[in-house]
Amino acid sequence: MLNQPLKLNTKIFNEDVEKISTRVGFGDGLLKAGSDNENIVALSADLTESTKADLFAERFPERFIQVGVAEQNLASTASGIAAMGKIPFITSYSIFSPGRNWEQIRTTICYNNQPVKIISSHAGLSVGPDGGSHQALEDIAITRVIPNLVVISPCDSIEAKKATLACSKTIDPTYMRLARNDTPIITTEDTPFEIGKAQIFFIPEVGLANVGIIATGPILYKAIIAARELEKKGIKVKVMNLSTIKPLDIKSIVDLAKETKAIVTVEDHQISGGMGSAVAECLAQNYITPIEFVGVKDKFGQSGTPLELEKFYEIDTSNIIEKVEKVLTRKI
Amino acid sequence: METLNDKKINELKIIANNIRKSIVEMLFKAGSGHPAGALGMADIFTFLYFHSLKHDPKNPLWVNRDRLVLSNGHICPVLYASMAHSGYFPLSELDTLRQFGSRLQGHPHREYMPWLENSSGPLGLGLSQAIGMAIADKIYGGTKTIYALLSDGEHDEGNTWEGVMLAAKEKLSNLIVIVDRNHIQISGNTERVMPLGSLMEKYNSFGWFAQEIDGNDFREINNAIHNTKINKVLPSVIIANTIPGKGVKAWENDYKWHGKAPNKIETEMALNELNNLN
Repeated sequence: MLNQPLKLNTKIFNEDVEKISTRVGFGDGLLKAGSDNENIVALSADLTESTKADLFAERFPERFIQVGVAEQNLASTASGIAAMGKIPFITSYSIFSPGRNWEQIRTTICYNNQPVKIISSHAGLSVGPDGGSHQALEDIAITRVIPNLVVISPCDSIEAKKATLACSKTIDPTYMRLARNDTPIITTEDTPFEIGKAQIFFIPEVGLANVGIIATGPILYKAIIAARELEKKGIKVKVMNLSTIKPLDIKSIVDLAKETKAIVTVEDHQISGGMGSAVAECLAQNYITPIEFVGVKDKFGQSGTPLELEKFYEIDTSNIIEKVEKVLTRKI
Repeated sequence: METLNDKKINELKIIANNIRKSIVEMLFKAGSGHPAGALGMADIFTFLYFHSLKHDPKNPLWVNRDRLVLSNGHICPVLYASMAHSGYFPLSELDTLRQFGSRLQGHPHREYMPWLENSSGPLGLGLSQAIGMAIADKIYGGTKTIYALLSDGEHDEGNTWEGVMLAAKEKLSNLIVIVDRNHIQISGNTERVMPLGSLMEKYNSFGWFAQEIDGNDFREINNAIHNTKINKVLPSVIIANTIPGKGVKAWENDYKWHGKAPNKIETEMALNELNNLN
């Protein structure tokens, strides 16, 4: 059942659950952050509308910079703006930022330790018809490896808005990964959010759980649906929302592993180097636990509807259920 | 900025020579590093740190200071020596260049030396950072001048040209770029590695106010900086023709001195030659 002290969306199991994309939450959050703090500046690399930075651009044109299709310049210019005491948000798609401009992010933002906020939409297979060239499945791997950089992957639009506002108030370089498509609203305005804090969104009706699912991003919804299916089969599950991938909430992950002795990670990203890898690094060092990974298995994406792609690449609800059943057989 | 009379020019020449001696000594002690560009740019650094730059070495983080962004970080011995000679830290600290725990990292790193405006080393990144500073100063009504020092070789990098376009678009008249046009890069002559042709024509066609000077002549440096202040609309670039290795005849214009430290005999020879100039 939902862990309701967290005031989650009670309509989550309804067929007609409300769906809004995480990028919309970011756009609202940026507008609010810009209204609250005149030191917020936004930059776009020709993708203003589709990253939802357009709300800010229209309200604060004097604090909005359009750099054209030039993501390397986007990142390094923002570093200079941050060096003058401002908080720049740079907006693009994950493939281009942090894909195209990784070294600019590494050297001018993170090595300089400047508070640039790198906000990128269109991460994951859920981009759909645009095809594999635009489906960023590597961005978590290449960002979480950079010192000083905070990595956030919000689960829904409401959490994306909260994460935007929260990171606008920190001095850390931050990467936030967003999705193109409308996805179910999982949280509510009243759900607490803190950068670096994992939360358990789904718990057994009674007693301890015998498997823990850790998910990041909108695919968390599928993990919750899978948990409810498993509950009907008598498998007690806890589902964790790991929206901050770096810094990792080690204590919460280890606590979940100690309780369940079996973990399944779920992400719309390559298995290699992704959130699941971060969890595996954590548990290998702190509490040896069998882990199964739901994610993309060393393949590029292709055109299709998100549903078709999730089935083909085996990151759907049924795959989560299979992995849970498998990890239960591997318990030490 | 005070006027540049003959007396001041002579003072600057002496300082530049002392900075060159420090560069040679630092690189010898470090055992590795980049002499050619550092020596070639000593006059421009001297002019900036001892004449035109609005800064306060006793209050390095003074909020209204001008900003100096060094993009080609490998010539940092001239940056460190200029900072030490102008009073940011003791001259003796120059001996720690490239050593473990030193504030003077092999390529500049703000985490170790927080009075740097930027970390640098990987080429092609400094112009955009300076542009960001100029944009921020303009948006928030500042009156600072942002100086960016670039090498000619890093005009091979695409990021540099992305910045060139943005600065013109944003009409950053508070930005002065000085390009060290010394015609060498690590593999040889710039025109052989990747022909740059006329940087004057290139910058002009991108909408900049471009000037070309002898970058080892204080009067020409002064005139060029002065001219940038008259222009109120365009970003400025000064193509500074410099002699790599300037001051040590045997090293001048030889690309092999791009990235190797002098041995003991070479160091003594160089210091003798520089001492005779004082």
